[in-house]
This record gives sequence, C-alpha cells and structure tokens, in this order.
Amino acid sequence: MAGKTLYDKLWDSHVVRQEDDGTCLLYIDRHLVHEVTSPQAFEGLRLTGRKPWRKDSIVAVADHNTPTNHWDRGIEDPVAKCQVDTLDSNIKEFGALVYFPFKHANQGIIHVIAPENGATLPGMTVVCGDSHTATHGAFAALAHGIGTSEVEHVLATQTLIQKKSKTMLITVDGQLAPCVSAKDVALAIIGKIGTAGGTGYCIEFAGSAIRDLSMEGRMTVCNLTIEAGARAGIIAADDTTVAYLKGRLHAPKGADWERAVAHWQTLHSDADAVFDTVVALRAEDIEPQVTWGTSPEQVLAVGGKVPNPADESDPAKRASIVRALQYMGLSAGTPLTEIAIDKVFIGSCTNSRIEDLRAAAAVAKGKKIAANVKLALVVPGSGMVKRQAEAEGLDKIFTEAGFEWREPGCSMCLAMNADRLTAGERCASTSNRNFEGRQGPGGRTHLVSPAMAAAAAVAGHFVDIRHA
Amino acid sequence: MKPFTRLSGLVCPIDRSNVDTDAIIPKQFLKSIARSGYGPYLFDEWRYTDHGEPGMDCTHRPKKPDFVLNQPRYQGAQILLARENFGCGSSREHAPWAIENYGFRVIIAPSFADIFFANTYKNGVLPIVAASDVVDRLFQECAASEGYSLDVDLAAQTVTSPSGFSFKFDITPQRKHCLANGLDEIGLTLVHADEIRAFEARSKSAQPWFFA
Repeated sequence: MAGKTLYDKLWDSHVVRQEDDGTCLLYIDRHLVHEVTSPQAFEGLRLTGRKPWRKDSIVAVADHNTPTNHWDRGIEDPVAKCQVDTLDSNIKEFGALVYFPFKHANQGIIHVIAPENGATLPGMTVVCGDSHTATHGAFAALAHGIGTSEVEHVLATQTLIQKKSKTMLITVDGQLAPCVSAKDVALAIIGKIGTAGGTGYCIEFAGSAIRDLSMEGRMTVCNLTIEAGARAGIIAADDTTVAYLKGRLHAPKGADWERAVAHWQTLHSDADAVFDTVVALRAEDIEPQVTWGTSPEQVLAVGGKVPNPADESDPAKRASIVRALQYMGLSAGTPLTEIAIDKVFIGSCTNSRIEDLRAAAAVAKGKKIAANVKLALVVPGSGMVKRQAEAEGLDKIFTEAGFEWREPGCSMCLAMNADRLTAGERCASTSNRNFEGRQGPGGRTHLVSPAMAAAAAVAGHFVDIRHA
Repeated sequence: MKPFTRLSGLVCPIDRSNVDTDAIIPKQFLKSIARSGYGPYLFDEWRYTDHGEPGMDCTHRPKKPDFVLNQPRYQGAQILLARENFGCGSSREHAPWAIENYGFRVIIAPSFADIFFANTYKNGVLPIVAASDVVDRLFQECAASEGYSLDVDLAAQTVTSPSGFSFKFDITPQRKHCLANGLDEIGLTLVHADEIRAFEARSKSAQPWFFA
C-alpha cells in the first residue's frame, strides 16, 4: 500500500465520522473570525438559541473595514463602524481565545496575527470566513476558507461537512535567483496551472526552493493557493517551522513543546505517497512576475510584453484577453516595463510581513518615489510587524522615500476602507487579486512582489529589479 | 432555507468565464450585517452606470442596457447559465445571497470555484455542473429562442430543455436531502454531538496544546 500524503494525514486525524458516500464530519481546531463574514453567523446562533461549541478555538480581529490612518478619529464610515461594533459585541457575548479589537496594539490582518501569536500550529485544521485562510497551510495545517453558513456551522458544532479533495503536488526545485521572491513563485505557478487549475484539489508545495523559503515566504505561497483555484495549500513541517513557532504566545511550552515537535516531525508526505497530479517547476526558470490582466493567471515575467489576443486560439480565452486589455487600458505588444503607474500598495495578507517590508525597504532606501506616483502606501500586516519594522528603521526609509507609513489592516487589497483606487488609476500592488474593481471601481491592479512594487514606486513604471 | 424540488424557469446567460465574487457582489455591500437585501446589487458594477452603495434605492439608478440582467427578455429569470470557474475569488457568502435574493434558484456551468459551490447549497440554490459541450448547447439554444426555459428536477437529477434535450447531474445524497427539505445542516450535525465530544476528548489527550 502506498504511503500517505500530508493531506491524508491531516484529513485522517480529523474525521469524526464518515458517511457511505464519503462525506465526512471534520473536526475544526482553530476558527479565525473577522468582522465581514461573521455577523450573520453569530446572528444565526442567537436566533436558534445555540452557543459556540468551543469558544477557546476562536481567534478574532477586525481587519477588513478598519482605517489605516487617523485612528484618533475612529471609523468614520457609519456602515463599517456598525460592522466592527457588531464583532465587538458578538465576541463580548460569545467569547474567544484571542480578540484584538480595533486600535489594539496587536491588531492586524487575521492571517498575519494568528501565526505570529502561535495560534496556528502544525497538524491543526484551521478555517475562517475568508478565502486566504489557505495561508496557514504553510505550517502543515489543513486550512481553508469557508462561507458564512459554514462559519455558523463551525461555531455551533466545531465541525464541517466535507468531502475529501484530490491531491496535487507542486515541486519547485533548484535555487531562486536573487530578487525572485515567494510571490514570484506563486504567480508563476498560477500562470502555469491557471486560476481553475487547482479546483477540487489540496495542493502540497515541496522541493528545495520551497524548503529554502522562510515561514513568511511559505505563507505567501500558500496564501495564493486560492488564486490557483485550490482551497488549501500545504507545506511539510520542518526545522524552519519549529524555529518560527518556538516561544510564540500560544505555542506549546515545556514538556508539551517536546511532544509537539516530535509529532510535527511526522507531518510530511511519505516518500512513497501517490498524488493525483504532479506539477514540477525549476526555480531557475522563475523570473520576477507582473500581472497584466484582470485575473491572477494573466501574468508574465517582467521582461514580457502585453499579449496580443490574436495569438490566442481558444475563443473564450481570446475574449477574456480582449476584455482585460480594454479594462486595463493596455495595448497588445507594450513591454511591461513601459507601463507607468499612479499608485503603489505594499501590504495585504499576501505580503505585509516583516520580510516583505524589509525587501521593499531595501529597494526604496535612499531613493524617492517618482513624480507620477500619487500615493505609495505601506501597510504593515499587524501591530507586531509594525513595531518590528520601526525598531529596524524601515518606517524611516519608507517615509524619507515618500511612502506613507500606515496602521495595520487589509486596506487597499480590497478597498473596503478609505484606501482605494479611483477609476482608471493604475496600481503596483503586493496583494492577491487583480479582479475588475477589486481595489476600487474602475481601478487597475498589477500584482507584483514587494521589491518589484517598491522599484515601480521609485521608477514610476515597472522595472526588472534584476537589472536595476 | 427555501426547499428546492423542481423548477421550470426562464434562463439568463452570462457568457464569460472566471466570473469572480467581487463582480457578483462588490465589496462595499459586504459591510452590511444583514443576510438579505443584496438582490438589487447583484453584479452592481456590470449592471449600473453609477457607483452603488449599500442602502441605495436601485429603482431609478441608470442601467447599462447591454448587460443581460437589464434586457427585457431575461426579466424574471430563475436559472443562471454560466461559464468555467464561476464564483472564483473570495469566500463571501454575500455572492450566493445576492443571487438567491435576485431570484435565481439554479446555476448551470461547466465548473465552479470550490468555496462558492459549497456556499450556494446552504442558501437553497442548486449549482449544476454540466459538460462543456452541454453548456455550449444550452447557450446556443438560449440565444436562439426568446423565453427559453429549462426544467430542473432535483429528485430525478435531470435538466430538460424545450427541444427535448436532457442531461443528468450529480449531487451528494446529503446535499440533495437538505436542499429538497430546506433543512439546516447544523441540526443534522448536532445529532452526532456525542461522537464530536468523543473525538474532542481523544484529541485533547493526544495534543493538549490545541486546546491551550
């Protein structure tokens, strides 16, 4: 019999019961909650007289709607304020293990604060009413996004009704070139398999280039799994995982730590495990990436040119290229490095951790943002990231270069707060989605790595940072 | 949740692939703490020429006449015909809420994004995966005849077109049962509360740090 994949191990260790058709009741260890997708779920509990099954599984924070400046003024949008206040009152009523309300020193993006507080641990099942929950798979945890009905289901029963996914192994072997980051790896993977390439799968990322990534880099790769269509992406636990977790607030301590580490060392796919699909990339082939369209799969290496729809034989794809070029205001054949930008956003659950800010600051150091760049935002992922960056002087580097240094939150990734693009504005963004209107109605998003975003801010257009 | 058993309904085609949940319901409407009232804002940026905000009265907003939901022939549609990877992007259940609220009870597409697919069932909307050539045929038939409707029978798991063309679709027994009876899955799961407690006790002794 073939060995088990990491996904098999995580799945099998959480099955409460299985129906004849393979549908399982899966136990959920960690439930992450934010203000946008939880109010209707808590209301559902209230209406049915139910209580959370295990309130100490809940980690909650307001992140989507919160402003990133003028915190003294509170939340000025009354509709947004109502939603954040509703989270406050729901947590007060129902309880949580961790809750960082608006303006708390450790507030931040849910997918940044859970790992940095040791609330995401190897071997766990982790869910959140947020598709970027895939991030936590970097810790060899089975983590994925759920809808609000499922949020209520997890609150009430500590379980989810699930069918097992297929398994895909994506290996990246070799050594990444300098200036090529985890973000470029993830975008290159999406470019290769497409935004629906992972639909129905749990993806395991492996290979020497993945093992060489820090936990921050691994989180970036897993975070973008959903943009490849897979709900969950996972990476085996190793010494890097263990070193990251040691001493974190909710990580095990003392004798439990030793037991936990021994168990974590088993959280990898067996050598003879069989996957439904295998995809291999060579690290040396991956270049800095820039998206040109309105889907993350519409991505090219920075040396490329905006594609010509006439070169596409598939009529549906051709139509989507035509539509994307029209929306993005781009002409076929334009070199990506000639595309001028109006705004820059460095942040989001994809790229707002300390390593991301260091990479961007290294590029911005001693430089000034270009005259045509109207706004360049740096939004740290959490209060902890912000303090660390300030201790390293990164905030000074950014502000001296003309960037704005903001308070933590989701910010212009999805523009639910005041940080947004206006119609026609073009943004170099370290976030995760370049959909139409994502960063503001009519806004044009190009997804890039933090170093590429900082370089674009300085040059006023995209540049190949390998030759800068 | 409204039960779903059988529906003979007008079809509205949306002929683009990778329709994402940001397009289905833009982010500004996610600030609401309600579960209803999203129907008028379904596909807001594609449907209206102005910028929509939550709470806006949509009856007099300027509409984009070319968008399918604004075309007279598709008024009252209950079946949405779509392309590959429908519902990709965020996990927002506001997307199926808006679809259901507008009046759609069935979505037919060659493929759906996983989270969206799971979310639709919880709201009395039936997502049907059909082969690409079948979907192509439905698009052609729909374009050719105004008032084109389909008959969707959950019990038989069939979709039948006026031309007599029919195909079967898959659904898990549990989802079928919940949809047909309008059942709340939480109640069904809590029948197994003792098994959940037993699992939890075993987990707590094996990995107590999960419970710290």
